[in-house]
Amino acid sequence: MIDVAALGVRFGETEAVKDVSFQVARGESFGLVGESGSGKSTVLRVMSGLHGDWTGRITIEGEVTAPRRSKDFHRRVQMVFQDPYGSLHPRQTVDRLLSEPLLVHRMDNIERRIMRSLNEVSLPALVRFRYPHQLSGGQRQRVAIARALMAEPDVLLLDEPTSALDVSVQAEVLNLLSDLQQARGLTYVLVSHNLAVVAHLCDRIGVMQGGELVELLSSDDLRAGRTKHLHTAALRELSIELEEPEANP
Amino acid sequence: MLVEIQNLRIQFPTPNGLSDAVRNVSLTLRQEKLGIVGESGSGKSLTARSILRLLPSYAITTADTLTFDGIDVLRANEATLRAIRGTRAGLILQDPKYSLNPVMTAGAQIAEAWRVHRGGSRKQAEQAAIDLLAQVRIRDPARVARAYPHELSGGMGQRVMIAMMLAPDPELLIADEPTSALDATVQAEILRLIEDLVSRRGMGLILISHDLPLVAHFCDRVAVMYAGRIVEELAASELIRARHPYTRGLLDCLPTLSHKQARLAVIQRDPSWLET
Amino acid sequence: MIALSREWLLSEAPASRAQAAWVRRYRGWLQFRANHLAMVGLITIVVMIVLSLAAPLIASQEPSAQNLADRLAPPSWQHLLGTDELGRDLMARVLYGGRITLGMVVAVVLLVAPIGLAVGSIAGYVGGLADRVLMRVTDVFLAFPRLVLALAFVAALKPGITSAIIAIALTAWPPYARLARADTLTVRHTDYIAAVRLTGAPARRIILRHIIPLCLTSVIVRVTLDMSGIILTAAGLGFLGMGAQPPLPEWGTMIAASRAFILEQWWVPTIPGVAIFVASLAFNLLGDGMRDVLDPRQR
Repeated sequence: MIDVAALGVRFGETEAVKDVSFQVARGESFGLVGESGSGKSTVLRVMSGLHGDWTGRITIEGEVTAPRRSKDFHRRVQMVFQDPYGSLHPRQTVDRLLSEPLLVHRMDNIERRIMRSLNEVSLPALVRFRYPHQLSGGQRQRVAIARALMAEPDVLLLDEPTSALDVSVQAEVLNLLSDLQQARGLTYVLVSHNLAVVAHLCDRIGVMQGGELVELLSSDDLRAGRTKHLHTAALRELSIELEEPEANP
Repeated sequence: MLVEIQNLRIQFPTPNGLSDAVRNVSLTLRQEKLGIVGESGSGKSLTARSILRLLPSYAITTADTLTFDGIDVLRANEATLRAIRGTRAGLILQDPKYSLNPVMTAGAQIAEAWRVHRGGSRKQAEQAAIDLLAQVRIRDPARVARAYPHELSGGMGQRVMIAMMLAPDPELLIADEPTSALDATVQAEILRLIEDLVSRRGMGLILISHDLPLVAHFCDRVAVMYAGRIVEELAASELIRARHPYTRGLLDCLPTLSHKQARLAVIQRDPSWLET
Repeated sequence: MIALSREWLLSEAPASRAQAAWVRRYRGWLQFRANHLAMVGLITIVVMIVLSLAAPLIASQEPSAQNLADRLAPPSWQHLLGTDELGRDLMARVLYGGRITLGMVVAVVLLVAPIGLAVGSIAGYVGGLADRVLMRVTDVFLAFPRLVLALAFVAALKPGITSAIIAIALTAWPPYARLARADTLTVRHTDYIAAVRLTGAPARRIILRHIIPLCLTSVIVRVTLDMSGIILTAAGLGFLGMGAQPPLPEWGTMIAASRAFILEQWWVPTIPGVAIFVASLAFNLLGDGMRDVLDPRQR
């Protein structure tokens, strides 16, 4: 369904992304992990159409995407950003935020769709006329997810969707994302520096380092420690060491 | 006793009267590493900041005891507080981008902090700054000393911030979510660095975070806060024997690499937790 | 029919979009009302507008009715504010003059704010060549002193109210464009604008519905603070004979026509002067209050 081939991105002199290729099947979750500066977010921004200057070939559902995307592409591919404080327009109510994609794509039944989507992400109807600054971080991220789903996309690009949230809220948002995927048959591409989060949500994982995709493996292989690249092994070891509370000497 | 807090209460005025942000909190700290864990709004930062009286002016703080090394912080005058803040107790914040002066080089900022508290010549201060940068394990301290904050990565900026806080040789370090803006790898490096410096210098550390396993990994004791109260306080090594359902919830809700979970456990909040 | 009550207006959980909008407005109004100086400004302006609109009802005679036998009369019961050099009632002239002067201000603002917003937000959002061209044009207009440029325009056209409005508008828009551009640049790369781009909205919609509302705050504040300047420029043009032409009772023109009497019959030029002063001050107070309410940076 998604085929990224030989993707390259340059920022001036530096090569931010070098020859990255991967495929994602329909209804699958694919995760990209790496440290900051590894180029994982850049890959996602190129896929979404936010960054237009790249080389290579990106095919989504058989359609080769040009640097300039069509309106229909934006209906089918949506993105959730890392920072729920920064990704919602500060002067727009939740109602306005959610109706915007519907107005752009000329969809009907706005009133009903908004109520249904608030319900879908387990937000009370009360928040409909609130502003983002009146909501908690977790509620905002739910609004951002609801907005991304408004136009009924097939693909959801998730850029560190939980790293700005409390761990207790992170679990709720991750559960919500799994539920939505099951209910709607969505395809996810998730970017995160948190190995456990990626392994929880994704079946297959790509590890990035210095702009290159150094390893592709399944999350089961990652859990079992069947890693090939040193960087993957290092990331895994650190993650396991830090998550074990009893490991304290 | 470095810090002693008895029955701390912090209130904020709202249109519907005073609201408690922190209540009935008691803590003590020696030369040890204490973690305060809780979600945003649980009052963990307020509690730590009250030790330096760094709360907004409209906050109402009361306590039976609130002392730093025997000094009554609530009744101390501005001059006494200034002598504590930045000299005897350092504060490291989440994002070094906002804590560093953007138009001064990293070296100059550390040197200034050093001179304010120790005196000495400009040359000595510069040398001390480079020494401090080396102590926070920056590989090329002379080069970083000449760099401006925007030329540094997040992890590097946080190291500079730590070096600056160490300049006056404080007895207490308060780290308020020092690594939330950083990658897992850098996060571990910074926390290891803080742990190591604190142990070697015999300082007290208060580490504030929302990530319980992470805090437990680097601290001796952990206090878990919920809605302005401490619901459980225990030794980090005892964490697996935590009794309070909230503490258990914080541990169980994390995704883990060790085994596969279909769904993550979600904390079921019980109103009875608020009754204490 | 909706029950319009305080509870309905302060509802925490509005039932409909309309109610939510009214709750928002009412809360803004409550906040504005708490600012006493701004309220003084607002009330003064409303009173001045109402008085000038109701001029035919209040004034005892036509503004251009002459009575040479009764010229330069001091204030009396018959002429509350006295008469001018042609024996015209000053009260009537100031009231009718308010229509012209305040009308000019409104016309200028209606021309200037949209032009400035459009130029600034397009330049800021599109960037590149469009930005450079639009901003150089703005710089050219900014380079001239305001009154001098306005004078040149009016002189090239034909002295009169319409020319004065066009001239003032031409000289007043560049600061708005700069302001709107600066605001646009700060929000252009935020995630929330990126999120709107990802819905597939065209640039026109993004600028109109998402960027301009963010620039509007500072522009509204700037407009209210600028109104006093516009009144003074309009009066200045009138005074120099380039704005409204006698016998029209524009305030600046009235001062210009009667400046010879400032020592002997001081009230003749002073009364329109007081009107200009009060109007400018009121707009300034209102502007300060609007800034406190609208500008989130000051909160």
